[in-house]
Amino acid sequence: MVIGQRIPKLDAPDKATGRTVYGHDVKLPGMLHGRILYSQYASAKIKRVDVSRALKLPGVKAILTAADNPPTKFGYGKDNTPIKGDVVRSFRDEVAAVAAVDADTAAEALDLIEIEYEPLTPLFDVRQAMKDSAPLIHPERKSNLFQKYKYSHGDIVEGERESDVVVEADFELPYVAHAAMETSVVIASFDHRDHLTLYSTTQIPFLLQRDLAEALGIEGNDIRIIQTAIGGAFGRGLDIYPYEPIAALLARKAGKPVRISFSRHEEFLAAPMRQPALIHARAGAKRDGKITFRDAYALLDVGAYISWGSVTPLVMMETTASLYRVPHVKFEADCVYTNNLITGAVRGYGNPQSTFYTETLMERLAVALNMDPVDFRLRNANIPNEEMPQGLIITSCGLKECIEAVAARADVGSQRSEVGSQKDSRISNQKSEINNQKLKRGIGFASTLNVGGGARIYKSDGCGATVKVDDFGHVSLITGSTEIGQGSETILAQIVAEVLGVKVEDINVLNSDTDVKPWDVGVHASRTTFIAGNAAHIAAMDARKQLFETASELLKAEPESLVTRDGKIFVNDSDRSADLAKVARSRHYREGGKVILGEGWYDPPTKMVDKDTYKGNISATYGFGTQMAEVEVDTETGKVRVLRLVCANDVGRAINPMAVEGQIEGGAQMGLGYALTEELIVKEGRVMNPDFLDYRLFTSADMPQIESIIIETDDPQGPFGAKGVGEMGGTPTAAAIANAIHDATGVWLTQLPMTPERVLRALEEAKK
Amino acid sequence: MAKKFHLTLNVNGEHQELLIDPRRSLLDVLRNDLELRGAHRGCDSGDCGACTVILNGKAITSCMTLAADCDGDSVITVEGITPADGLHPVQKALVAEGGIQCGFCTTGIVMAAIALLESNPHPTEEDVRDGLAGNLCRCTGYKKIVEAVLNGERK
Repeated sequence: MVIGQRIPKLDAPDKATGRTVYGHDVKLPGMLHGRILYSQYASAKIKRVDVSRALKLPGVKAILTAADNPPTKFGYGKDNTPIKGDVVRSFRDEVAAVAAVDADTAAEALDLIEIEYEPLTPLFDVRQAMKDSAPLIHPERKSNLFQKYKYSHGDIVEGERESDVVVEADFELPYVAHAAMETSVVIASFDHRDHLTLYSTTQIPFLLQRDLAEALGIEGNDIRIIQTAIGGAFGRGLDIYPYEPIAALLARKAGKPVRISFSRHEEFLAAPMRQPALIHARAGAKRDGKITFRDAYALLDVGAYISWGSVTPLVMMETTASLYRVPHVKFEADCVYTNNLITGAVRGYGNPQSTFYTETLMERLAVALNMDPVDFRLRNANIPNEEMPQGLIITSCGLKECIEAVAARADVGSQRSEVGSQKDSRISNQKSEINNQKLKRGIGFASTLNVGGGARIYKSDGCGATVKVDDFGHVSLITGSTEIGQGSETILAQIVAEVLGVKVEDINVLNSDTDVKPWDVGVHASRTTFIAGNAAHIAAMDARKQLFETASELLKAEPESLVTRDGKIFVNDSDRSADLAKVARSRHYREGGKVILGEGWYDPPTKMVDKDTYKGNISATYGFGTQMAEVEVDTETGKVRVLRLVCANDVGRAINPMAVEGQIEGGAQMGLGYALTEELIVKEGRVMNPDFLDYRLFTSADMPQIESIIIETDDPQGPFGAKGVGEMGGTPTAAAIANAIHDATGVWLTQLPMTPERVLRALEEAKK
Repeated sequence: MAKKFHLTLNVNGEHQELLIDPRRSLLDVLRNDLELRGAHRGCDSGDCGACTVILNGKAITSCMTLAADCDGDSVITVEGITPADGLHPVQKALVAEGGIQCGFCTTGIVMAAIALLESNPHPTEEDVRDGLAGNLCRCTGYKKIVEAVLNGERK
């Protein structure tokens, strides 16, 4: 049994030794270095572009201006161009690009490009951008409001009438960066047939093939995308972004391969960030501890061009409507253009935002009801096999088990009485003593609901797989899915190994070339284990069927009586066997022979949400989790130290517990940053802290003790019972910490990150 | 173009003589002139640690080290500590304990951990956490990295 084993990642030895080839390591013969010139203004007309001096610089091979743009606009909102022509709309707008023999020459050439701007009045405040009098970011759109979302179920008025307590608050959430350790990189190369090969860190190779073809005005089958080893992605690569067509256009113009690799500074400016949000939210409950309603409004700054940041309300409304059982819900969101940065998908995708307001309001309700927060959550927890009013069909569900598991570790639970009171002494033995001093300790809980069986945001949520058995009994899994560090290669290999009875090490996973691998939507929405896992399982079963066909001849036994084990096919309950290699060879070396090639395709039985009501079962199953944070707040400095984070997650079944823990612990690092330190400070459209010195990730020294608890609920549709887990690790963290800060000090934090300054301000306001 | 600098360097036990652009960092020289791609460029400002190598016995960020300043020095990179067959104990522990996901920070962490264990063969958990605080990782949450370095040391 290889399912459930702590199997090290198959790609780890190469990564440990520096043998892995990342995009930054790829060197093609004659390859040039591309560099992009960004706008000097957040909003301006471009009056004149003069590249003549730059062109004269020795070593410069091509310069791109808006005159080189193909006619089609691209991106999720079809509002973007490679190089901006008449108008620039943000500081990350590309105004020219250079390909040169080396990076220094390219940088020098950028300095020689002259651009004359006529500044326009910029629009940085999302509230201002909503006003009728506001200038239009894209005049052809007639409005800065790109999209409005309106969701409801039940009757919010009725919900409020039934409530014994109502709580509400305003929330302010920051820009956050993926901060993958490898910056974005792309290498574009044309062959003699004018076919483009793109070496890329994308997460959507097949969609990018199509998007890029449209953007360049060529055919999709003229593009081959090779994914290099990817040094972290976290949602960064889910759309087409200007640097990709720019690299291709430079390569075509120069007649040589061109690489663009972002500097860290550039990554903090031009990658698609988690969007800032202003949220007003309310919730109510009855004396008996039942939630009555939730009502939230989110105003989202999606930046100057539309990418996936404009679709996060779909996830926000899912948390608002369906985390816990809530009879009456209203959720609205406005996605608004400004002259700020592009916003896109970042791990959790709207969920960290919505879980922050949803779960801090849960805590406020518990406090208002004078009810234990664990009890309160248990009373309202989602249960298995229930269709939610939003249309989500919950099948396996371990939310109650998650809440109970973390509560048990917290050494609190139903016996807690004075919630939010600084007199509470059950948190740790030393708490009452410590709380007499300037350091206050507290604990807080928060749960999360996340898609765990794909997410149908395109018409297809499918993935293809093929499984090939060769002459030596080795197995190749060719999967549409992508390894971005999360460990999908190993998980999928485990699934195939289990079916074929071979060792995981004997499986070679091919997953990086659109010319080779079958189609897939992309790596997002925690979908790979579930979707690609099911596809790999189907393909492996098909290969096994073919093996059994031939083995039954060799072993003179019915196919039904055969089993796979130890790299061999056995007749059940006997020692008669044939190894895989022999079976494969027997199939190859015969008249009318065949290859062993199993085929799999999995597209879950889900629906896209209705375009008007936003209802529908978007995922084949849902993952749940609960976190408990124990914090110590220094009331003199406002500094919050997280002492302990206990994380329980319902993952269906852990195909590889070590990999599951890796997702939870890594997610927690992002969640801790979101809670306490990470904020891309954007002032008047400019990024003020585009480096790791000023944009603070949690380091090994900052991390609290993390305990991860795996809850297994054996999902009926998951491969071997598994559900997705990739994004849940960080979604509830900020809320759990905010609730713990309240428990310690009695103040509510509503703005992230909860920096010492903000904590101190809240403490001072509470004193007034 | 600046006048070339004649650099003498001992890299992974091999004597190297190079004519380099004097503005180049040690990381540039390792990656581009010597084709040693194990050290990675994550930030180019000494903040992330992905480029960590051992210079004269001390872990340093090679992106912040001027190559010309290393004339006559001894450099060890991840390629230098990797046995011809198999893995260094720190590498082995990182693989076995799940301390590697995307792997971009890994080689820097391997070098930082080896330098740490050289100077402190029996570190506490706190020593390891502090010792690796200059190496950012966005995937793992560090827990398994710290465990690997502690366990690798014990074995």
